[in-house]
Amino acid sequence: MVIGVIIAIVLVVVFLGGIIMIYNRLVRQRNKVDNSWKQIDVQLKRRHDLIPNLVEVVKDYMSYEQEVLENVTKARSQAMQASGPAEAGKAENMLSGALKSLFAVAENYPDLKANQNVSQLQEELTSTENKIAFARQLYNDVVMYFNNKVQTFPSHIIAGAFGFQAREFFEVPEEEKEVVKVDLR
Amino acid sequence: MYEQISKNKHLSYFLIVVMTALFIVLGFSIGIAAGIGWFGLVIAVVIAVALALTSYYKGDKIALATSHARQVTHEEVPQLFNVVEEMAIASGNPMPAVYIIDDSAPNAFATGRNPENSSLAVTQGLLDKMNREELQGVIAHEMSHVRNYDILFATLVGVMVGAIALMADFFLRWSIFGGSRRSNDNSGIFGVIMMVVALALAILAPIAARMVQLAISRKREYLADASAVELTRNPNGLANALEKIAGDTEQLEAANRATAHLYIAQPIKKFEERKRGLFDTHPPIGERIAILRAMASGGPGKAAG
Repeated sequence: MVIGVIIAIVLVVVFLGGIIMIYNRLVRQRNKVDNSWKQIDVQLKRRHDLIPNLVEVVKDYMSYEQEVLENVTKARSQAMQASGPAEAGKAENMLSGALKSLFAVAENYPDLKANQNVSQLQEELTSTENKIAFARQLYNDVVMYFNNKVQTFPSHIIAGAFGFQAREFFEVPEEEKEVVKVDLR
Repeated sequence: MYEQISKNKHLSYFLIVVMTALFIVLGFSIGIAAGIGWFGLVIAVVIAVALALTSYYKGDKIALATSHARQVTHEEVPQLFNVVEEMAIASGNPMPAVYIIDDSAPNAFATGRNPENSSLAVTQGLLDKMNREELQGVIAHEMSHVRNYDILFATLVGVMVGAIALMADFFLRWSIFGGSRRSNDNSGIFGVIMMVVALALAILAPIAARMVQLAISRKREYLADASAVELTRNPNGLANALEKIAGDTEQLEAANRATAHLYIAQPIKKFEERKRGLFDTHPPIGERIAILRAMASGGPGKAAG
């Protein structure tokens, strides 16, 4: 009789322990998702901060390319003022496009490329584009892992009981697909 | 790519099980044949564990010191730092400490028991000879060793190999010095047979253990390649880098037998030129490149042989 009670208690403890473990794992993974979403913003902001410097250095060499430079500056302010993720997403894409044009045009100015400051800035901007891309990649990776946990057995039971919901992936709009992962060498 | 990663992980665990079984079988047969003498054995295993703990906690500093690596900052090598930061972001892990080895042979290694306490070293040759995406592939591979806990893994395996070797050695000495006279439990034919079996195992087990250790090391290299692609999503970067490294005939002076297994490619050139064997720490570069190229063309790739 006593053995039966002990076994029952052990089973209950193990069962509860399992639920707690699954719940905690869901919470940790959801926090990872939120954190990696914020990380994308960190990299986008970094890009905003780097641009004024770039424009300053470059404009002396590219005096005939006012329009390209203005596009970059305009796109930057629009991105910084955008409200809500949809608007911000579009604005950031336009900024990526404007920067791409700037780099393309800069190819025609050998003096510009030879300038130390410029090449350093170009490396920083290239890296920032890559970091934005990798931050988005990480976000999608952790979202996938989280969604798997939310949707598969047995964790989906716990997830449903406590209100965890699958999250959306970050989609790259068509225009921006070529900008990422620039290789300068 | 994900299939590669899970196949390699499972194979590594399987090999660890094989190693443990070897350990148990050897211990058991020695136990039967000997009947006494466990105290000395326990001391030997304790020493092995102590050595392992030292290498686990201090190993990265030791490896960096023997390779004459010097720590560098963002200002000194901005592109290298940026590439490492990009991989840190893609993996969701903190940045490792970054070191440079002043040698013109292209190579790299990473050490550290977990991503929070890790270091990454590249040679000047690697920086000079690789373009950005190749550098990224190599760095992704090295950082993957850390995030797959390969250092911990290798330490554990090293302990087991060491313990097996110590146990076998202990037993052989004991039986040479006539310890079997003391063991009266086993009589007649059975005792003699067990003794022969135990002796055979004692001689072969350390060799077998070493071979398993090297097989594990090769699997983890394939795993690091696949994990690198998981980070960069660009198999050709690493494949091109490996091709360049394979084609470079220069010897890396700072490397020796003890540290060779840490590097991305076998730094001791005469080992690399030997035909494929069971005693290599790294898989043949040609096969690593082929698997990466297969990933690039969209196939899942067979499990690394």
